[in-house]
Amino acid sequence: MSRRPLRRLFVAVKLWLPLGAWLTFVLAPYAWMFITSIKPPEELYTKSVRYWPSQPTLEGYRLLVETTPFLTYMRNSGIVATSTCIIALAVAMAAAYCFSRLSFRGKGVLLFGFLITQLFPSVLLVLPLFLIMRSLGILNTPPALILAHSTFAVPFSTWMLTGFFNAIPRELDEAATIDGCSRLQTFRYVLLPLSAPGVAAALTYIFIYSWNEFIYALTFTADLRARTLPVGLQTFMGEFIIRWDLLTAGGVITALPIVFFFMLVQRQLIAGLTAGAVKG
Amino acid sequence: MRSPRRYSAKASRGNGRGRRWLLPLFLLSPALVLLLGIVAYPIARAIWLSFHRLEILRPDLSQYVGLDNYRALLQDSVMRIALQNSAVWVAGVVLFQLLGGLVGALILNQRFPGRAVVRGLALIPWATPSVLVALMWTWMLDGNYGLINDLLVKVGILSRFQPWLAQPWSALPAVILADVWQGIPFFAVMLLAALQAIPEDLFEAARIDGASPWRVFRHVTLPLLLPTILITTMLRMIWTANYMDLIMIMTGGGPGYSSLTIPLHAYYTAYKRLDFGYGSTIAIVQVAILAGAIVFYLRQLRRNEVMVQ
Repeated sequence: MSRRPLRRLFVAVKLWLPLGAWLTFVLAPYAWMFITSIKPPEELYTKSVRYWPSQPTLEGYRLLVETTPFLTYMRNSGIVATSTCIIALAVAMAAAYCFSRLSFRGKGVLLFGFLITQLFPSVLLVLPLFLIMRSLGILNTPPALILAHSTFAVPFSTWMLTGFFNAIPRELDEAATIDGCSRLQTFRYVLLPLSAPGVAAALTYIFIYSWNEFIYALTFTADLRARTLPVGLQTFMGEFIIRWDLLTAGGVITALPIVFFFMLVQRQLIAGLTAGAVKG
Repeated sequence: MRSPRRYSAKASRGNGRGRRWLLPLFLLSPALVLLLGIVAYPIARAIWLSFHRLEILRPDLSQYVGLDNYRALLQDSVMRIALQNSAVWVAGVVLFQLLGGLVGALILNQRFPGRAVVRGLALIPWATPSVLVALMWTWMLDGNYGLINDLLVKVGILSRFQPWLAQPWSALPAVILADVWQGIPFFAVMLLAALQAIPEDLFEAARIDGASPWRVFRHVTLPLLLPTILITTMLRMIWTANYMDLIMIMTGGGPGYSSLTIPLHAYYTAYKRLDFGYGSTIAIVQVAILAGAIVFYLRQLRRNEVMVQ
């Protein structure tokens, strides 16, 4: 009798201890960023590190918004990410429909070609692209980033969407065709509603990619007109290296939309990300 | 005698010929235009650049220089350091991400309440901008007020605070630590998906046969995970070799050249020395080295597979 509770305790510890350690490992840096962001400056630089502020304050956030161009960076990021989402999703959906529902010669090669573009280092592309954008006269404008981000988001989102479209039985298309639907109507009334979760996942992927992207944003922008949040944060790191409350406040605000969208569609996103690995 | 099916196949073929291409071409053209314009053309341009001298502020000095850039590369002592650092960077990052990812996948594969949410939370670092990762870790690794120094000193591992990112011997390992943290969840989720594709009966059968948990892992789980491990590892190696955001923000390749990798060397050559020709040359050599490494890796895989059979 006395052994059973002990055994249950052991099983619980065996499950929750590694799990707790894992979650701590993953989430602790975020927690520390948040704690730092609500510390008043005099508690930031103490001889022995304080784990919780005695006087939590949102002063860092206020100063960040009022004294730095943070909101401008955020607006630029919003413009670039939203436009990228619209363009890349439309382009990827058309391509994915093609790969999933039409048969034509060279399909395999083409899909492979799409994916291989993912393997080229950004440094190889960013140097000539800089020169190209410069001769097009769109350096330091959002279109330069929208163009680059859309292109680099298309291959993977096409691949993800092709997988989601393939999961919908072709018999449904055929049934719709027999009922008199055109191709476009079949897409609109059969494929799209059924793959809505997959489309949401692809959209989130594109948004996260564009919101986070750093190298192209750094290279193609020069000032407030087009600089996005990642580049803005990086310049802050150079300028405000002694104001970690401001820096971490900026970090928290940058992370929020990502975490929000991500948690919303994480199930589909994980399915899309892992599909290829398991098949292979 | 004609079956209706056959009839329709014939009809569609008759109607197709020229037009069969039309719809795919129409639907694919936006993607193709983007990929040709923003990926293929720049690659061609980079190759062209590598045979030229192009200093952005002095366009009048631009000229064809043949293999000069490639010859210069052989003499470049910084390139040798960058090559070494790149090797350490890729090996360190991928190895620890794989090990950590494996442990994470096994932990997340257990049954517990709220598993879906925990699994989602576990992937958040993957979705975090690299700038933010750099910011968090730069702060935690800070030499005066850093949390990591504080904890290590309190536990007694360190006697005094270390400026991790400012010392030549510790700069690269410190950035590797940050990248390992960011990459482990992705590995874990990949391996978790593969783990869940393994039929439960296999584990059960092994357990009934009296296998210990370790032997179940070693002789059932690991062999079945191997294909996923090998593919994910390869993709991760390519990605890590090309990834420069974290190093650029956290150390800028320094102190000295102690954390400079090949892509960073290419980038700084172009943007600090404004030498686009030589910068492109380094980037192209990076691709060549990487392609060579992939071919070697795949060959090795095939040979081992033959040995197993």
